[in-house]
Amino acid sequence: MKLDRTTVTIAVVTVVLLVAGPFLPAWMTSLLRISLCYGIVVLGLMVLMRTGRVSFGHGLYFCLGAYAAAAHDKLANTLAEFGDASSLAVVRGALRLPKLLVDAVSGAFGPYDIAVMLVFAVVVTGLTAWILGFLLRKYRDIFFAMLSLAFSMILYGLLVKSSALGSTDGFNIAAKSLAGIKLEDESLRNAIYATIVLVAMVAAWLVNLYLRTHRGRLAEAIRDNELRVEYMGASVRNTIHINYVMSAVLAGIGGALMAIHIGHIDPEMSYWTTSGEVVFIAILAGTGSVLAPFLGALIFETIRSFAYEYSPNTWQMALGITMLLVILFLPGGLWSLFGKMRKAA
Amino acid sequence: MGQFLAVVIDGLIYSSWLFIIAVGLTLIYGVMKILNIAHGSLYALGAFTSVTFTSAWFAHGYPVMGSYAMLALAAVVVGLVAGPVIERGLLRFLYGKDEVVLVLVTYALFLILEDLIKLVWGVDPLFVQGPKGETPYALLGNFTIGGLTYPTYNLLLVGVAVITAIVLTWVLARTRAGKLLVAVIHDRETAAAMGVDVGKTYFVTFTLGAMLAAVGGALTAPTVSVVTGMGAEVIVIAFAVVVIGGLGSLPGAALGALIVGLVRAASIHYRPELELFAVYFVMAVVLIVRPKGLFSAAEVRKI
Repeated sequence: MKLDRTTVTIAVVTVVLLVAGPFLPAWMTSLLRISLCYGIVVLGLMVLMRTGRVSFGHGLYFCLGAYAAAAHDKLANTLAEFGDASSLAVVRGALRLPKLLVDAVSGAFGPYDIAVMLVFAVVVTGLTAWILGFLLRKYRDIFFAMLSLAFSMILYGLLVKSSALGSTDGFNIAAKSLAGIKLEDESLRNAIYATIVLVAMVAAWLVNLYLRTHRGRLAEAIRDNELRVEYMGASVRNTIHINYVMSAVLAGIGGALMAIHIGHIDPEMSYWTTSGEVVFIAILAGTGSVLAPFLGALIFETIRSFAYEYSPNTWQMALGITMLLVILFLPGGLWSLFGKMRKAA
Repeated sequence: MGQFLAVVIDGLIYSSWLFIIAVGLTLIYGVMKILNIAHGSLYALGAFTSVTFTSAWFAHGYPVMGSYAMLALAAVVVGLVAGPVIERGLLRFLYGKDEVVLVLVTYALFLILEDLIKLVWGVDPLFVQGPKGETPYALLGNFTIGGLTYPTYNLLLVGVAVITAIVLTWVLARTRAGKLLVAVIHDRETAAAMGVDVGKTYFVTFTLGAMLAAVGGALTAPTVSVVTGMGAEVIVIAFAVVVIGGLGSLPGAALGALIVGLVRAASIHYRPELELFAVYFVMAVVLIVRPKGLFSAAEVRKI
């Protein structure tokens, strides 16, 4: 089997990040962790954008993933209580399942296990996206963007008023173990860093594989001309649905990892400005490669943290100007610079 | 019954405010196909500028009554300065790009303007207030309806909204310039081919839209503390209004404003915990039932 360039690059980046991690200063690993988490979300958006759909509400899944990870026990309890109120045995049983699952896993791994939190985030975001996908797959352009915006603002509206989940303040969480192995301070930080690096790179690798499959390539055809794709006998809606769920799950994983890294979550994750930032990074990076989102996120976070450090009142301006320059002079995003360099060489 | 009346009156007042802001947004989208996120910043600019103008007015010891003129002046100045600068200096280089890219451009603009406001006015809350604490908001006194008392200033808001709606409808339906605008809304290419100066239409529309956003801000400034970030809240709810009504539709903006205003007022009175949820839930339901909003023109199918 011949390895493609991207796979090799992903492998190299993974090894470099893992080996260099312990030697880097704390601020740099923190920057890397945040960029990688954001990168996973943007990677998800990129999968969706290949079909020509841009979501202005991806904060929905970013936030949902974080809350699902952080409040999986609360959510399972609420669902079970909800089910107990029902008179139908089937409903009672179905709504009790998550609690049984959470109890069983917590019994085996201990509470707030990183692996459990991630799996829960994947299940919750995947299911939500699968259901909403039936609606959203019929939309395109600005209407797709607006309907997804509405969904994300609905979640925001619910979270800011739910006192059990801390309303606008959100709440703190602390991961305690990874797949059953107890972790504290130093070892916890390292484990979180390694998890984020591995999950991000595996996600990039898998998306890269998917984009090379028949279904993966269809997305670009859909962006160019939906009617022709239908005439060819392929299903536009199914492809969009699959890409949508995939992109939501990636956003959920990014949100869960961000929650685990920062240790705090709040409803702002679902506000439109968060969704805007994600689209912003995607356009900044370009959709040229599965690694572009991570580079874009790293640049975005670097500008944000440095500009914030030295000039707290102009960091947004710096980002806005960068964005305008990219749109005006580099319509393919920053990643297109690599292509230009290669051509020049 | 009393509560129902309160819902209706609160809803109408809130709807008027929403309409003034949303109508500029929908006009710009209709003509230019730009969903302008920076509309929120223009609203904020209107509010901050009116603080500056009224403070200067009060500082000279002029009568408080004149502060209303200052509010209006602030809106006009913001519209006439920011509108042309943004349209001529930035947007005209980007016409013809993808709609989503244009949204992003206005998002970048929003970020830039937010910081510009912080640089000029600082980050502390500001108030439209005279030296003895008199404000244009309280000056008009109160009125009572069905046992409920409201500041009369709110009537001003309703009046401005109604006048805006009437004038705009008249201009679009009866004047030459308005008819040309409608032609551009329906089909830009054909209008251009028929000799309509599309560039000029864009320029005028954006300036007018910016001015309407600033009017919204200027009228809001006396009723709240003027803080940075006020534009971000407004723009997303204005989106809900125009999307419910149908992007680019004037009656749509009015209906959307009424729906959002009444829904919000009702949920505040009956189920306050659902306030934000209710608005966006309605937005999602409308989009699901009528994907292009309530007042959408049938579109020519393009292949």
